[in-house]
Amino acid sequence: MWDLIVQPWPWWVAGIVIGFTVFILLFMGNKTFGISSSMRHVCAMCMPSTKISFFQYDWKKEIWNIFFVIGVLIGGFIAGNFMQDPQQVVVAEQTQEVLKEAGVTDFGGLLPTDIFSWESLGTLRGFIFIVIGGFMVGFGTRYAGGCTSGHAIMGLSSLQWPSLVATVMFMVGGIIMTWFILPFLLTL
Amino acid sequence: MSEKQETNTNTENHPPLLSNVKYLIVGVVFGIAFVKAEIISWFRIQEMFRFDSFHMYGVIGSGVFLGAIVVQLIKRFNIKTMSGEEIVIPDKKFHKGQIFGGLIFGLGWAITGACPGPLFAQIGAGFGVIFITFLSATLGVLTYGYLKDKLPH
Repeated sequence: MWDLIVQPWPWWVAGIVIGFTVFILLFMGNKTFGISSSMRHVCAMCMPSTKISFFQYDWKKEIWNIFFVIGVLIGGFIAGNFMQDPQQVVVAEQTQEVLKEAGVTDFGGLLPTDIFSWESLGTLRGFIFIVIGGFMVGFGTRYAGGCTSGHAIMGLSSLQWPSLVATVMFMVGGIIMTWFILPFLLTL
Repeated sequence: MSEKQETNTNTENHPPLLSNVKYLIVGVVFGIAFVKAEIISWFRIQEMFRFDSFHMYGVIGSGVFLGAIVVQLIKRFNIKTMSGEEIVIPDKKFHKGQIFGGLIFGLGWAITGACPGPLFAQIGAGFGVIFITFLSATLGVLTYGYLKDKLPH
């Protein structure tokens, strides 16, 4: 049983957990699944007397979202420390080949440590992947009004076409970056 | 005596802080699934955008499929919240942000290999440097809030 738990979970298990989360959040307190708004609440919390209208709202009403993401962090800690898979992460061969050519050497973990580490933060490449990438994720999700959870999962589940537009644009952006810009960024 | 105190601490009709612990527990389960299904893996996101693996499409596709069933069941059978409230899913209004913002997020997603949710799970799983990514993402949110009125919507 434990072997099954520490092995990488198949996609459909994750799908069930996602579907269950959509339900349980609605059932527990009418909460629509969404994660990126937590960063807006953090800003609003830290700036109680701000003049920026985007952060002037009753964030205390949304505090559940902060509890939820702290839970995600704790879940990451539990799975990362006590449920580790002894095997290496299996990466599709075609993807590995392309990344190897671009200079990625570490395929052992969930993230390539040659890009994502404190040491690489000081390099141009590390700065782009860790800092610039993060900025785009934060800026883009708030501009779009949601991320993968709010638009792709919750929005599509409730058949909202603006979320379909957003999801298509997420994919377009990701494909442009992966195929045309990332090969260059990786060589920096 | 305790009744009076309760109404005093519970100003503006906010539910007591501890009532939110249930959302934390849901988050824990979700975070474990994030790590164990390797959704937080930079490589899985690369595979997805390179169309080299079905994994992420399976995750998101089955999540949307089940989520849609959940929403339909709630509507058909008029399922209420556990405290008896009507379940309301607010409409998303279309604006140009979904196009421009969506594109910017997509570009960033392929770089970081993480949307906002996985960022939290990555930090928890021991990738401490991702805290910097989170701070930078929050700075991005702050910048958006600051520029909001000047951006096309």
